[in-house]
Amino acid sequence: MRDLPPVITNWFAERGWDIHPHQRAMYDRADAPALLLIAPTGGGKTLAGFLPTLAELHNGDHDGLHTLYISPLKALAADIRRNLAQPIAEMALPIRVEDRTGDTPASRKKRQRADPPHILLTTPESLALLTSYEDAPRMFAGVQRVIIDEIHALSESKRGDQLMLALSRMQAMCPGLRRVGLSATVDDPAAIARFMARHPDPCEILHADPGPPADIRMLQTDAPPPWAGAGANYAIPAVLDQVRRHRTTLIFHNTRAQAEIFFHNMWLANEDTLPIGIHHGSLDRDQRQNVEAAMVRGDLRAIVCTGSLDLGIDWGDVDLVIQIGAPKNVKRLVQRIGRANHRYNAPSKALLVPANRFEVVECVAALEAVRDGTLDGEPRGDGPLDVLCQHILIAACAGPFDASALYHEVITSGPYHGLSREDFDACLDFCATGGYALRAYDRWQRLKQDAAGLWALRDPRAAQRIRMNIGTIQDTDTLKVRLRRQRGGKPLGEVEEAFAATLTPGDTFLIGGQIVRYEGLRELVVEVTRRADKKPKIATFAGTKFATSTQLSARILEIFRTRDWSALPRHTAEWLDIQRSVSRLPEADRLLIESYPHDGQAHTCIYGFAGRNAQQTLGLIVTKRMEELGLNPLGFVATDYATLIWGLDPIDDPAPLFDVQTLRRGLDTWLAGNAVMKRTFRASATIAGLIERNTPSARKSGRQATFSSDILYDTLLKYDPDHLMMQITRQEARRGLVDFGRIEEMAARIDGRIDHVRLPRVTPLAAPMLLEMGRVPVRGSAEERLLAQEAERLLTTAGIDVTP
Amino acid sequence: MNKISFTLAGSRLDALGSGALWWGDQGILCVSDLHLGKSERVARRSGQALPPYDTRDTLNRLAADIARTQARTVICLGDSFDDLDAARSLPEDERLWIIRLQAGRRWVWIEGNHDPGPIKMGGTHLAELPQAPLIFRHIAAPGASGEVSGHYHPKASLRIRGRQITRPAFLFDTDRVILPAYGTYTGGLRSTAHELSHLMRPEARAILTGPTPHMVPMPRARQ
Repeated sequence: MRDLPPVITNWFAERGWDIHPHQRAMYDRADAPALLLIAPTGGGKTLAGFLPTLAELHNGDHDGLHTLYISPLKALAADIRRNLAQPIAEMALPIRVEDRTGDTPASRKKRQRADPPHILLTTPESLALLTSYEDAPRMFAGVQRVIIDEIHALSESKRGDQLMLALSRMQAMCPGLRRVGLSATVDDPAAIARFMARHPDPCEILHADPGPPADIRMLQTDAPPPWAGAGANYAIPAVLDQVRRHRTTLIFHNTRAQAEIFFHNMWLANEDTLPIGIHHGSLDRDQRQNVEAAMVRGDLRAIVCTGSLDLGIDWGDVDLVIQIGAPKNVKRLVQRIGRANHRYNAPSKALLVPANRFEVVECVAALEAVRDGTLDGEPRGDGPLDVLCQHILIAACAGPFDASALYHEVITSGPYHGLSREDFDACLDFCATGGYALRAYDRWQRLKQDAAGLWALRDPRAAQRIRMNIGTIQDTDTLKVRLRRQRGGKPLGEVEEAFAATLTPGDTFLIGGQIVRYEGLRELVVEVTRRADKKPKIATFAGTKFATSTQLSARILEIFRTRDWSALPRHTAEWLDIQRSVSRLPEADRLLIESYPHDGQAHTCIYGFAGRNAQQTLGLIVTKRMEELGLNPLGFVATDYATLIWGLDPIDDPAPLFDVQTLRRGLDTWLAGNAVMKRTFRASATIAGLIERNTPSARKSGRQATFSSDILYDTLLKYDPDHLMMQITRQEARRGLVDFGRIEEMAARIDGRIDHVRLPRVTPLAAPMLLEMGRVPVRGSAEERLLAQEAERLLTTAGIDVTP
Repeated sequence: MNKISFTLAGSRLDALGSGALWWGDQGILCVSDLHLGKSERVARRSGQALPPYDTRDTLNRLAADIARTQARTVICLGDSFDDLDAARSLPEDERLWIIRLQAGRRWVWIEGNHDPGPIKMGGTHLAELPQAPLIFRHIAAPGASGEVSGHYHPKASLRIRGRQITRPAFLFDTDRVILPAYGTYTGGLRSTAHELSHLMRPEARAILTGPTPHMVPMPRARQ
C-alpha cells in the first residue's frame, strides 16, 4: 500500500470522509500501464480516476501536460472541471485544469497548445484534432496518464475506435503513458479491458461495491395497457401519483417524439402543477442547460427525458427512475436505474411501464434478466476501416509518415490489433488515390510518397479541410426551430430536415413541450408561432430506435415456451391464451408465419424475433421476392418481434422465401440499391473522407457544397462494386440499420422449421401490428404510380386538360 | 418513347425522361450542363477523390439517347465541361468516345460559364445558336421568347402522402424552356428558388424526369 500525500489525507480527514476501497485500490495500482474500474454511477468514480494525478502533481514539480481526461460529453468535461476546481483550491494544489471541446474559444485553444495545463479535459474528437497538429509531440511530451470516463459508452460506437487510434499516436509520443478506464456496469468487462489497453499490455479490472440490488418492478395501473402503441398515456395518472410520492423522478423514454407527447399529456393531467421539465437531444442547448440547472437546484420534481440523460452528470437527489416503454436492452436499463439513489447503501428504485400488451411480456423478461444479473451485449466487431481511413488522413496532417511505422502503431490499439497489412494498405491507397479500379487523379492524389518513401499531403492546404471533418458522429441533417418574431428569436430546438419537408404552413407539432404552428422556412430555419388550440401533428425526431436485444428476444420466447404466465398480469395472460388456442405461440427454434385475410387484402405475419432493424430488412427482402413471384405486395410494417406484409395475393408456400441463401442473395442484389444501404454508405463515406460535410466555402456561405451521396453510391455500385467503400458498406450492413447479422442468426436458429398457419381472421398477437406506425409502402412501380396520380390531380386542380 | 411533348413557339418538343430535349421535326437532340470531367476538377481543387466514373456514366446515357433518337444534330447547351482544364485533361478513351458520338452528325457546343473559351474538341463552338423559331443559349435572357436554355439545374419536389419526391425537371412556359442538368454529378436548384420563380411565367409547368416523366404546375415557394 502506498501512502497518499498528507495534504490529500488531511483534506479527506477534515471533511470526515473515508477513501472508498476502490479509490484506494486504484491509487495502489497507479503505476499499471492500464486499469479498468467498473463502478455504478456516482460512488466517487471520478475521484478514483484523478487521485493518482493529484498526488503526482501535488508538489508542483511537473511541467506541462500530465493527465488527459476524455469524456463522451462536452458538458461532462465542463462539469468535471468545476468538480476538480473545488478540492484543488481547498488543498491549495499548484495544478491548472482546463477543458477543451468544440465550444472552447479559438484563442484559448491556441494558448493551450503553446502552454498546456496540467490536466486537460476533452472529448475524443478534440483529442483526434490535437494529434493532427505538427506540434502535437511537443504538447504531449511528458503526459503521464489518460483517464477515459464512461468508457462503456464510448466502446459501443466508432468514437471509441477513433479514440483508441488517437491514443496509439499519443503513446508513440509519450511511451510511459498509463491508461485508466472508468465504466458503468457492463456484461463483459474483459472486452472493454482489451479494447482500451495498449496491445499487448495487461489491464487489471477493479470492481467497486455495486451496492444493494435495485428495487425494480412493473408499475401497477388501474387501466390495462392498450393492445398497441407506444405512448403509455393510460399510465399517466399512476406516473403522476409516483412523482407526487418521491422527491425527484427521472422518466425515461425510448424516443424523443414519445418524450414530447408524454410530457405534453402529462402537463394536461398535472392538476397540482408539479414542476416537471423535459430534456432531450433535439432541444436547444440553452433550454437543456436551464433544465439541468433547475434539476441541480432541486427545483424540479420530475424530468421527462431520453438517452440524453444516460451519461454523466450527477443529478443528486433522484430517488425514482421510471422507464416508459419496453427497455429493449437490459444493460441500458440497469445503467438507467443506477441514476437513482447515489446514496451509499440505498437501493436504486425503478418502475417499468409497458406501453402496450406485448411490452408487458418484454418488461417481465427484462425484470428476470435484471434479477439474474445477465446483461446483454453484442460482441464488439473489429475496428472499422472507415475510421482507420480518417486516422490515416489525420496522421498526414501532422506531417510525413512512414506507412510501416503507422501500421505498427495502429495494431497496438485494441480494436485494430488484428488488422492485416493488406487492409491497412487498402485504406492507405484509398486515402492517397481514392482506391478506384480505374486509376485516375495521378496528378491530384491526396497523399504522395516522397523520395524517402514517406507519405505526405500533396497540398498542405488540404489539412484544413481534413481537420474540419474530424469525427465519427453522424448528425442527421437537422434544422433549427425558431419562434417567428422580430428577427432572431430564441431557438426552441431542432427537427430533422426530412420531417420539416413534410410540413405545410398551418401544421402543428410539439417541441420542448409546446405546440407550435409551422409558418415557413427561412434561410434554413423553421419558423413557428405558438399555438395552444390544436392537436399537434407528431414530430418524428431522429431519436434512435433501438432494436430489442438478442437476449431479451430469447427470454420472451422462453416465457412463451414455458407457458408460465404467473409473472404476467391477467389481461396479458388471457391474451396469450387466446393466441394459443386460435393459432400458436412463436418458438425459438421454429418460425411462425400466420396468413389471414383482412380488409380485403392478404396479410402475412412473420414472427422472426430478430429486432426492429432486421425485421424491417426482412420485410424489404421478402416483399421484393414476392413482387418477383407476382404476389403483388403493397406494403409492410416491422416491429421488434414481427414483420406484417399485406398485398393482393396470399402466400401459399412461405418456406422458399426464408431460405438463408435466398435472403443472402436478396442482400447482395436488390437490397444493394435500397435506401437503407445508401444511408449506411453515406455514414461510412463521410467518416472515411470521401464526402466532406464541412468545407471552408460552405462555412462561409452557409450552404452545403457536398455531393449527393446517393449518386456516388449508385455510381460505385455500377462501375466499381468492389471498391473499399462498398466493402465497408456491406460489412456495416451486418449491424445497425440493416442488421443482417440477426437475420442470419434467425435463419440458423429456425433451420428451415417453418409453421405456416392459415386463419380466417387476424390473431391476437398480430392485431397490434395493424395499428403500428411506420408502414413502408413497397416501392418499385409504386412510386411511379403515386407520381402519376399526383401529377394528374395537380394538373386537374390547375384547370389543365390531362388528356394527351 | 418515354417522353412528354409540349409546344414552344409553334415547335413541338419532347422532354425525355433522361433529361434531354428532342426536337423531332429538326432531328435535334439537346442536352445541358454535362459537366464532363467534374470529378477531375474536384480532385484538382480539393484533393477529394470522388469515384471517377461520372464522365463515363454521362456519356453512356447520352449515347443511349442518340441511338434511340437517331439525332442528326446534337446541341450541348453549355457547361459541357466542368472547366476548361477539365476539358483539356479528359482521358484519351473518353475523348475518343465523344469523337465517335460526333461521327456522322452535326455537333454544337454552346459556351457556358464553366467553359467560356474554345475547347480542343471537334464540333461547332458558339455563344448561342438561333434555329428559327427557337434560340439555344446557356443562360436564359429575361424577355426572350422561343428560348431553350440550361444553367440553373432546375429540380422539382412533390410531396405525396408524407413522402417527398425530388427529381431534376424541365421548366417551361410560353416563352422558354429550361433544361435540367444532364451530368451525373450535378446537383440541382429547386424550382421554388427566387431566380426561377422570377424567370418563369405564373402558368409555367415542370416536367419531372425519371423512368416516366411527369408534368405538374411548376412548384413555387408559398407565401
